Amino acid sequence: MKLTNRSKVVSDNKEQTGMEKLYLPGIIKGMLITGSHLFKRRATVRYPEETRPMAGVYRGWHVLKRDENGAERCTACGLCAVACPAEAITMESAERKKGEESLYREEKYAKTYEINMLRCIFCGLCEEACPKEAIFLTDRLVDTEYEREDFVYGKSKLVEKIDKRIDVSKRQTLEVAEFKKLPGLKHNEVWEGKNLNKGNKH
Amino acid sequence: MLTFIISKLIICVVVFAISLAVAAYSTWWERKLSALLQDRVGPDRAGPFGLLQPLADGGKMFFKEEIIPNVSNKFLFILGPGLVMVTALMTGAVIPWAKDAYIGGALYSMQITDINIGVLYLFGVVSIGVYGIMIGGWASNNKYALLGAIRASSQMISYEIAMGIAVIALIITSGGTLSLREIVEQQDAGFANVVWQPLGFIIFFVCALAETNRAPFDLPECEAELVGGYHTEYSSMKLGLFLFAEYINMFISSAVMAAFYFGGYNFPFAHELYDAMGLADGSKWIALIGFGAYFTKIFIFISVFMWIRWTLPRFRYDQLMNLGWRYLLPLSLLNLGITVVVEFFRGNLHF
Repeated sequence: MKLTNRSKVVSDNKEQTGMEKLYLPGIIKGMLITGSHLFKRRATVRYPEETRPMAGVYRGWHVLKRDENGAERCTACGLCAVACPAEAITMESAERKKGEESLYREEKYAKTYEINMLRCIFCGLCEEACPKEAIFLTDRLVDTEYEREDFVYGKSKLVEKIDKRIDVSKRQTLEVAEFKKLPGLKHNEVWEGKNLNKGNKH
Repeated sequence: MLTFIISKLIICVVVFAISLAVAAYSTWWERKLSALLQDRVGPDRAGPFGLLQPLADGGKMFFKEEIIPNVSNKFLFILGPGLVMVTALMTGAVIPWAKDAYIGGALYSMQITDINIGVLYLFGVVSIGVYGIMIGGWASNNKYALLGAIRASSQMISYEIAMGIAVIALIITSGGTLSLREIVEQQDAGFANVVWQPLGFIIFFVCALAETNRAPFDLPECEAELVGGYHTEYSSMKLGLFLFAEYINMFISSAVMAAFYFGGYNFPFAHELYDAMGLADGSKWIALIGFGAYFTKIFIFISVFMWIRWTLPRFRYDQLMNLGWRYLLPLSLLNLGITVVVEFFRGNLHF
């Protein structure tokens, strides 16, 4: 009994023709198809030695930037942690002591700063939230580890080395740069007016 | 007498070593070729081009846990893979690897033994190989292993018939000799046997695929249906022996095909080349060049075996039996008939 008209005949189970029964022409045809792939471009990339080109705006392993004098820009304001939808960021702040001016840019700095790379969803909201242009996502891939604890990246893995600066110019889009050029107080006002005072929660 | 024994012993060891080395590097080439056919790169981490991969695989096999099932028959369980390996290695004894050569004034034959029933010996030993699989599968006391073993034995027995008849036709073409050396020597002048036996060659090739349990006839060990077939219960190096024996079988059957149908260590215009190089009969260099030619042919055959494996899907069991009994057997009989008639008119048939 035919219930619907939707059923399609996929195969009418035809008898094989004489040519098909010989198998050999079909086998040779198949072998030529696989054989032609011998000369095609490999799809594989030998990863650690070779890498695929990455977009400049790729969001990978975070970096905590230093300023032009080599002092850490982060002031441990915690806006990145607030902005983080995955709650991957924790930090402890501390007050700068005398003689540490070359290490930290402002009076307050992050004593510890940890990002859990297993929680992080690499959305880039921390970067957007940062008023000090301290945190950026880069096109470096997060390493593989054997232990879960090793994925909690501390300052040793996040802060850029003084002699090995990381270029984030591609992440600093013109709009962001313009926005962040607004003078100190105004900068914070605009930021607060946009997000906090109106009570918008993301 | 002593030099004879020593020389034979050396050849034995060399053939043994070559069989193992070729089998080991066949696994590497199998992986590499399959990768190339699938637009991948293949093993390239262990050594340059992954050339140390077989050693790594072997080491892995040795260090794996050895499990012998409680309910198995222990003696037969251990005997199975041993038998498969021994028979696989024994077949290399009658294959002529190169022309005779004078080394230090004495003529040495590059073959372990040139018995006058070499072809029969070959078939006999290959048939014993089935016992290894059968015993291994049965002793495991596992239904999948048993099914795999039954499939293996029925498949090998079915295809041996067509293979045997194809070889009978070949023997008629090469003047009724059963010695492999003579079969090869006969192709020295004139054409290779494949010119007189094209159909026989195709039948032999298909049967060789089935005999070595290679795709598309790898039903005895198909993972999808039988969880690995006759070696389901095997682990560690016993499993390694089964897998290794398959590659040795592949090597030997390639060598046999090259000897039977493609002239073994002979190649077109060989004598012209030797004359141009000023080499006299029995020169070491002739043996060496012939050995190289033979191995080139073997390499091509092994590659085709692999090429087929990575192209074709597996046959269904009824299709396998259909092909063996209803197509290959009548075809081989037809081939035999044609051969007899042709050879009678060529005057090669003596009563």
